[in-house]
Amino acid sequence: MRRNLLEINDLKTQEINFLLEEAEAFKEVLARPIKKLPTLRGKTILTLFYEPSTRTRMSFELAAKRMGADVSNIAVSASSIQKGENLKDTVRTLEAMGVDLIIIRHSQAGAPHLVAKTVKASVINAGDGTHEHPTQALLDLYTIKDKKKTFKGLKAAIVGDIAHSRVARSNIWAFTKMDMEVTLIAPPTLLPAEVEKLGLKPIKISYSLEEIIPKLDILYILRLQLERQKKGLFPSLQEYIKLYGVNPEKLRKSKRDLLIMHPGPMNIGVEITESVATSMQSAIEEQVHNGVAIRMALLNYLLGGKNEDPA
Amino acid sequence: MSKVKIRITPKIIQEVKKQIMSKIKTQIMDQEKIKRTLSRIAQEILEKNKGIKDLIFIGIRTRGVFLAKRLNKIIKKVEGEELPLGILDINLYRDDIALLSHQPIVRKTEIPFDITEKKILLVDDVLFTGRTVRAALDALIDLGRPKVIQLIVLLDRGGRELPIRADYIGEIVPTSKNELVEVKLKEIDNLDEVIIVKK
Repeated sequence: MRRNLLEINDLKTQEINFLLEEAEAFKEVLARPIKKLPTLRGKTILTLFYEPSTRTRMSFELAAKRMGADVSNIAVSASSIQKGENLKDTVRTLEAMGVDLIIIRHSQAGAPHLVAKTVKASVINAGDGTHEHPTQALLDLYTIKDKKKTFKGLKAAIVGDIAHSRVARSNIWAFTKMDMEVTLIAPPTLLPAEVEKLGLKPIKISYSLEEIIPKLDILYILRLQLERQKKGLFPSLQEYIKLYGVNPEKLRKSKRDLLIMHPGPMNIGVEITESVATSMQSAIEEQVHNGVAIRMALLNYLLGGKNEDPA
Repeated sequence: MSKVKIRITPKIIQEVKKQIMSKIKTQIMDQEKIKRTLSRIAQEILEKNKGIKDLIFIGIRTRGVFLAKRLNKIIKKVEGEELPLGILDINLYRDDIALLSHQPIVRKTEIPFDITEKKILLVDDVLFTGRTVRAALDALIDLGRPKVIQLIVLLDRGGRELPIRADYIGEIVPTSKNELVEVKLKEIDNLDEVIIVKK
């Protein structure tokens, strides 16, 4: 039985399909007037976020509450962590209070793995540095399945700041795992070295958005992480917008059923224009909505059954 | 070539007997009987509720749904119209999740209508401990406030662990814990029958 979700590639294809199928049942619960289940009654879930977050933390909290679990949130800025307590001590202390599952976001890649080795409680990686954000990949897969019914052979492009994006890394694994064709589009300076070696099947690299758009089924737009752009990785914001910003003009030759996705938060007017974000092709709002359902399925998967210690 | 002689001792005979006995199945209902039983239950439903006003079917996944659909067909023949039919998955309301070694697959509940002030006909194949029905009642009450909930089961096998009883029963067959009751329905099992298997 699975205890943790640290990386998307840890999940077998059949586990992903199982979660996507179960998410349907949870989506139905979210449409009810009383959005509450007794399934995880008595379980204690903790969100431990060392980086700011609105949607991911809220999405987990709602998912846990709607499953009947007790949820505590630790705001790192107001905790003992400010007094110099290290991560291992922090999580050991929290586990001693009877926590069943820790959802952690940290600026260091591998922090969730360290936590998983330290405690017996389940651990979910809610984003570690520029490494992975597996539940984002799950909700993206769920949104794609919801719209396209199948994954096989779909052509997806991930465009933007690949270098700083944990979402891109998780989705390269997730998309190739489900047999989709993946192309990365970015300025060469925002592509990490040897990025084409990621994924379970070969991925393509392109530097031109307009050339590739007519072939795509999915256009996945990443947030330009402006706070990390101090090193002058591209000449100017205006040039980035011109070449890689998605606007209606660039989408003129796209397929009608092209799916436009974005993990949020958006820099409107930079990587995406408002009219694209709210267009018929956009699934951005559905992504957020589906996030709660798939996280409920995941919590149920990790905590619902008899959780034998794998050791 | 070497010959091996086996002496058949009483112990071996006993062992073989035990093995055969362990797989003995007793058929309680066949296709004809299931059909007649459902007709009778449909009649009882109409009699007890004096018609079909406000009635709705809720089938418990998986076989309760097929039984509800069959009952609905019979009612349509008599009354000229079908009742609304919803599908309930109770897995999220089970009280034994922590005891199971394998997680049951949670499927979608499909009740696309309001159940408040409705008379619910809750359908399941077998009534045993009563825990499935308990979970179903909790699930239904989360969806609204029905006027009444009546329980329909094809087979009541006794062995209740909770104070729950059915309103319409196909057959009552007291069984023990080491017997297995299997309801097979054409829709998924390719034949109609109810059998008891000794474990």
